[in-house]
Amino acid sequence: MTRPTVDLRPTGQPPLPRPRPLAQFFTRPQVIALAAVLLVNWALFPGFFTITWQDGRFFGSLIDVLNRGAPVAILAIGMTMVIATKGVDLSVGAVMAISGAVAATLVTNGVSAPIAVLAALGAGLLCGLWNGILVTLLDIQPIIATLVLMVAGRGLAQLITEGTIVTFSDPVLIFIGTGSFLGLPMPVVIAALLMIAATLIVRRTALGLLIEAVGVNRSAARFAGLRAGTLLLIVYTFAGFCAAIAGLIVAGDIRGADANNAGLWLELDAILAVVIGGTSLMGGRFSIPMAVLGALIIQSMNTGILISGFSPEFNLVVKSAVIIVILVLQSPLSARLFRRLPGAQK
Amino acid sequence: MTDTKPVLEARGIVKIFGQHRALDTVDFTANTGEVHALLGENGAGKSTLIKILTGAYQPDAGELLLDGQPIHLRDPLHGQTYGIGTVYQEVNLLPNRSVSENLFLGRQPTRFGMVDHKRIDALARDLLSRYGLDVDVRAELSEYSVAVQQIVAIARAVELSGKVLVLDEPTASLDRNEVQRLFDVVRGLKAKGLAIIFITHFLDQVFELADRVTILRNGKRVATQALDTLNTTDVVRMMLGKDVAFDHHPTALTGGPKGAVRVAFKGLSRKGLSPFDLAVHEGEVVGVAGLLGSGRTEVARLMFGVDPSDGGQITVDGQPVSIRNPAQAVAAGFGFCPEDRKLDGIFGDLSVRENIIIALQAKLGWLKALNRDDQVELAGRYAEALDIRAADHDMPVKLLSGGNQQKVILARWLAIDPSFLILDEPTRGIDVGAHAEIVRTINRLREEGLALFVISSELDEVVAYSNRIVVMRDREMVAELDGDAIASDAIVQAIAGTATEARP
Repeated sequence: MTRPTVDLRPTGQPPLPRPRPLAQFFTRPQVIALAAVLLVNWALFPGFFTITWQDGRFFGSLIDVLNRGAPVAILAIGMTMVIATKGVDLSVGAVMAISGAVAATLVTNGVSAPIAVLAALGAGLLCGLWNGILVTLLDIQPIIATLVLMVAGRGLAQLITEGTIVTFSDPVLIFIGTGSFLGLPMPVVIAALLMIAATLIVRRTALGLLIEAVGVNRSAARFAGLRAGTLLLIVYTFAGFCAAIAGLIVAGDIRGADANNAGLWLELDAILAVVIGGTSLMGGRFSIPMAVLGALIIQSMNTGILISGFSPEFNLVVKSAVIIVILVLQSPLSARLFRRLPGAQK
Repeated sequence: MTDTKPVLEARGIVKIFGQHRALDTVDFTANTGEVHALLGENGAGKSTLIKILTGAYQPDAGELLLDGQPIHLRDPLHGQTYGIGTVYQEVNLLPNRSVSENLFLGRQPTRFGMVDHKRIDALARDLLSRYGLDVDVRAELSEYSVAVQQIVAIARAVELSGKVLVLDEPTASLDRNEVQRLFDVVRGLKAKGLAIIFITHFLDQVFELADRVTILRNGKRVATQALDTLNTTDVVRMMLGKDVAFDHHPTALTGGPKGAVRVAFKGLSRKGLSPFDLAVHEGEVVGVAGLLGSGRTEVARLMFGVDPSDGGQITVDGQPVSIRNPAQAVAAGFGFCPEDRKLDGIFGDLSVRENIIIALQAKLGWLKALNRDDQVELAGRYAEALDIRAADHDMPVKLLSGGNQQKVILARWLAIDPSFLILDEPTRGIDVGAHAEIVRTINRLREEGLALFVISSELDEVVAYSNRIVVMRDREMVAELDGDAIASDAIVQAIAGTATEARP
């Protein structure tokens, strides 16, 4: 085959200046917001930044923020990619319940813990695959397609647990929820590893770009020869997998599977974390670390309100106010305002 | 022409966006009973001027006069009250409401406080009959063709304003007959004494319809002249400020030796499209002529697997291939620049670089990622080869002009080292300069041995670059013109169904 011999001279363009990642990172609205929330927490509760070493692990409010934020952060990792494809997954909370129910029921019936964990993860993968099939093959709108499992999933979880809270004392499952590694709580370790692995996989391969392309314009993606359907299947399945991990953590934490309450409404926190992280619900550009940061912002507010002694009812109001501020900071309007500031120009 | 007098005058209009002078002391006058064409390349300032005339923008300097009186327009609605109405390319009506509701929206006649539907319908029928349109006014607007919708939009604009009518690219999505129908309507309005401002990319339509023309270039007015004193070359020269290298002499193309058969389609068919056979050779451009709806685009979609075929075989370099979806087509070395660039072509939010490498990346698979240096190199190479004008390749492609976006999509396919390229209306909706460049690129790719299948509504253009022309009518390939038979007249005859030559 003859290649059209277009001119091969080096282009006249100078190489692009590499952005300075650190400077860019610290001026992001999400990072500033997290810092601000943490400082407010510190003002309300002077011991907020104190971290102590006790019984071979770290203790302190900051560690608590990380630990409590881990499930939503894990959900947000999967949700980021779904939202990047212009979709949404409402079922992740219910999938958490299913995963916890599967693991708890199996171990209480004498199945070994590793197999129970694998089964729970497998259940999550299947749930995600189901969502993906509805969205891809049946072409159902994601919000409706995943609403199916959001409603049905909790029913499934209740069927598995036979309507009771299944408690267990299996050390492996409990370790996943409450153990520690190198002094850090297991949920934090798992979330961090998952974030790093997912980021590397999407950015070192072309997966990230292809997902963004599908999200920006699915029709153009098809015309450009992308297998959009396969990508969507992968993305929804991965979101189910993440939800299963989060479900195991929550079950291990309370040493039981509560089909009614495990992961309840967490899908909304996960969506919020992704949006705070700067990924648009219209699909396209996404950032997994930023979504994790979004989850930490949400948890910092929760923890801050809790330790400062305000009643939890304040939580929701304060949270929404802070979220509005963050979203305004990210809006094109404020981007224009920032650009006018001296020093912000290139 | 009867006696005309100025209605809407713009004097010394200046509009500045940031550093950029979009309009630089531009004068413009619209007279009664006259069609005034406004021409210019993309970015010349046409749409800015229109937005100032209709009140969507406020000028930074200069004044607007209506019947000799200075006016200040706050917004298009305010402009409407002065009698200035606009009809845009994409009809700005409500597709899910009835024709009559669209005509009278916001000023429905009421009876006892309720909308009087009977009266609206009667009024609407009466109104549209004056435009020679006899349609069921109670049916939803979306049930009608774009042409009918355009006429409804014009009727509404004229009803609401009635002094000055701005037509912004009204013919872009109409076929030949529909354009004529629209022109009849416009001529009728002109006879009634309306001032009509007409914007289009089609020069022949300007000559057919307009009385005077104002040409803008880089925000400045180049000329305002009566059209009977001008010819096409004059107009193009004024628009571009240079001579365009359009090759209207296809003799060099025809009869020349062809390479081996690159792709062959045998009995390819799909419901609603007659089966067809076609072979495209190396170094050959097969042009497709035919009216909108003749099945041109359907053939291209079938070839590329966008719509799976019901039957037939495809061979590439003699080897049979299966193409059930675009991914398989890309794997077989096909490329496709679709007709609707915005909807099916570009990834608006992604960078120019990513838009160029995306098809190659999809072909390589997700595991073999092109690293940043590869991407920069590829994008740079093809951007230079096709002269894509972008400030940098990391900017979102949606910020580029239509012509440059089209070149980006072309670059995307050249990057996969294609064996066969399908171009569907590659020059639609782009300015004359980029237009000429695309035509030159097609010629160059052919000379370099690529097999191309090019669909275009512009006959002169198809004639200029095709070795062979397939004519389509009623979802069937009805004629094939080769060698000396290629000429605009012959194509028109074949489209109209008067050609005697049957397809072998």
